[in-house]
Amino acid sequence: MNQKRSLFLLTALVFGFAFLYIPILSVIVYSFNESKLVTVWGGFSTKWYGELLRDRQMLSGVWLSLRIAAVTATGAVIIGTLAGLVLARFGKFRGRTALSGMATAPLVMPDVVTGLSLLLLFVAFAPLPFVPDQRGFSTIVIAHITLTMAYVTVVVQSRLSTMDESLEEAAMDLGARPYKVFLVITLPIIAPAIVSGWLLAFTLSLDDLVIASFTAGPSTNTLPMMIFSKVRLGVTPEINALATIMVSVVTVFVIAAGVLMARQEKARQRDARMAAANAGALPQP
Amino acid sequence: MHPSYLPLGARMSARLERFFEMVSQMPPARWSMGVLRRLGFTGRTLVIAIPWIWLLLFFLIPFVIVLKISFADTRLGVPPYTSLLEVSENYVLLKANINNYLFIIKESLYFKAFLSSLKVASISTLLCLLIAYPMAYGIARASSNWRNTLLLLIILPFWTSFLVRVYAWIGLLRNNGLINNVLMGLGIIDEPIVMMQTNFAMYVGIVYSYLPFMILPLYSNLEKHDNTLLEAAVDLGATPFKAFLRITLPLSMPGVIAGSMLVFIPAVGEFVIPRLLGGQNSLMIGRVLWDEFFSNRNWPMASAVAISLLLLLVLPIVIFQRYQAKETAGVAHR
Repeated sequence: MNQKRSLFLLTALVFGFAFLYIPILSVIVYSFNESKLVTVWGGFSTKWYGELLRDRQMLSGVWLSLRIAAVTATGAVIIGTLAGLVLARFGKFRGRTALSGMATAPLVMPDVVTGLSLLLLFVAFAPLPFVPDQRGFSTIVIAHITLTMAYVTVVVQSRLSTMDESLEEAAMDLGARPYKVFLVITLPIIAPAIVSGWLLAFTLSLDDLVIASFTAGPSTNTLPMMIFSKVRLGVTPEINALATIMVSVVTVFVIAAGVLMARQEKARQRDARMAAANAGALPQP
Repeated sequence: MHPSYLPLGARMSARLERFFEMVSQMPPARWSMGVLRRLGFTGRTLVIAIPWIWLLLFFLIPFVIVLKISFADTRLGVPPYTSLLEVSENYVLLKANINNYLFIIKESLYFKAFLSSLKVASISTLLCLLIAYPMAYGIARASSNWRNTLLLLIILPFWTSFLVRVYAWIGLLRNNGLINNVLMGLGIIDEPIVMMQTNFAMYVGIVYSYLPFMILPLYSNLEKHDNTLLEAAVDLGATPFKAFLRITLPLSMPGVIAGSMLVFIPAVGEFVIPRLLGGQNSLMIGRVLWDEFFSNRNWPMASAVAISLLLLLVLPIVIFQRYQAKETAGVAHR
């Protein structure tokens, strides 16, 4: 009976992973296709990669999207970490429910609604000073920070709630000022969450089509907007090449991050074991 | 000495600390801190205020504006909607135009779009659940060496571009795409099956894109289960299937709910997948909103659609947030 169950679960896993990976693999294979007809195999070639590198417009879109993503991720990490810290460590205060509601709502809000509402905000406040009157880089960044800080908040908050508060309390008892406690104790503890939050915000920003389309000005074209307008016209080999590059970069990063985190976790466990062993070896007072 | 697993964080925070100390010694910083303190602001309020004000400005106020514009009229000009307040010599007139909402209720196009969005999202959520549950269960049951690798494989597609993943399906589903070519090559079919621009393609796209969102909460729930419960049930004579139905399934309900909400809510408002994979007449509300805004330039109507969509999603969003709050609080008290 148990074997039957394992067999069923194994089949489910095999089919599930096939479902997840066959589309991506097909894009990678066809990016090396010589033929312009995407479905006919015309021999191995890297000419679409060359074509992509000569596409000035596409490259400027890539550069713009990368810059937006980097600024977004940094901003989202700062505000999202503060929100996560406040929600996990500050106890009860007026407006806590509102903050926790507003901080997690963007996670599930349909992006057409978020995009529309932010655009209407920018339009309504355009006559005021300090508001960018040209929509583009800055408006997209503001919109993306609002979207992605929710993810950072959740990651930081859950990391903090699995961590013992006693270290911070001990530092406070020993007379450290709150900001010093944050910098010396809390920040190192949540550093992995901050790093993964930054990466998450970066990818989400790099990937967003809908919110950017609403909040971008007429002359701003991010990478997803360019891909979307090309894909609408049908499959193009150039997009296959671009997709392959994106997938490979992400794969390398994610695997490297995974290995790094596993190593840190091992080091942490080793330290804990050593600490426990040392504590046992100490003479009892 | 910092422990060895914190080299990056410790170095970073030491540098930050020196920087903050330097800045706080400067006269402008000292002066403004003094003023803030005299006004009754503590460091604590400031830390709370930063995310609070950001979300107020860029999350809450925008919705108020959408609500306001949904009661406006269209007009030619910049911005392309009328103001609700009219100031004449002795009067301030508040004019709210409820035609947009009446139109949504009466016009069968909008009503149908809402219904079909709900239907598509529900069926997709169910399909995701059916595929994700055995996978999450399988991963939770795998040996600890395999578990991390399998999880990484689930998360990996999530990090790659959503647009690219949807695009990949176009290459597979087209009339002369991979699936039809393989099926015709094997002699199973003579004519290509039309799959692109159908509801089938839309379901495939939605299930494919949102599958990781279902697997991850399910996995994190199933992983925590105590295996001895199942063993006890089997010892007492339950069949494994019955034990699963009576023990594992009820215990995993929080994961099921969280995953379902994470799929259902964004799927209702989905725009990209219906636009790229669905047919010309695939009526999804996200697409209606987009067209109303970009093609018809009817901002008030688009706002009214957005508000209706939000009203529709209030209940699922509240359920999701309850779960989210409980989950983080539960971890804290463990």
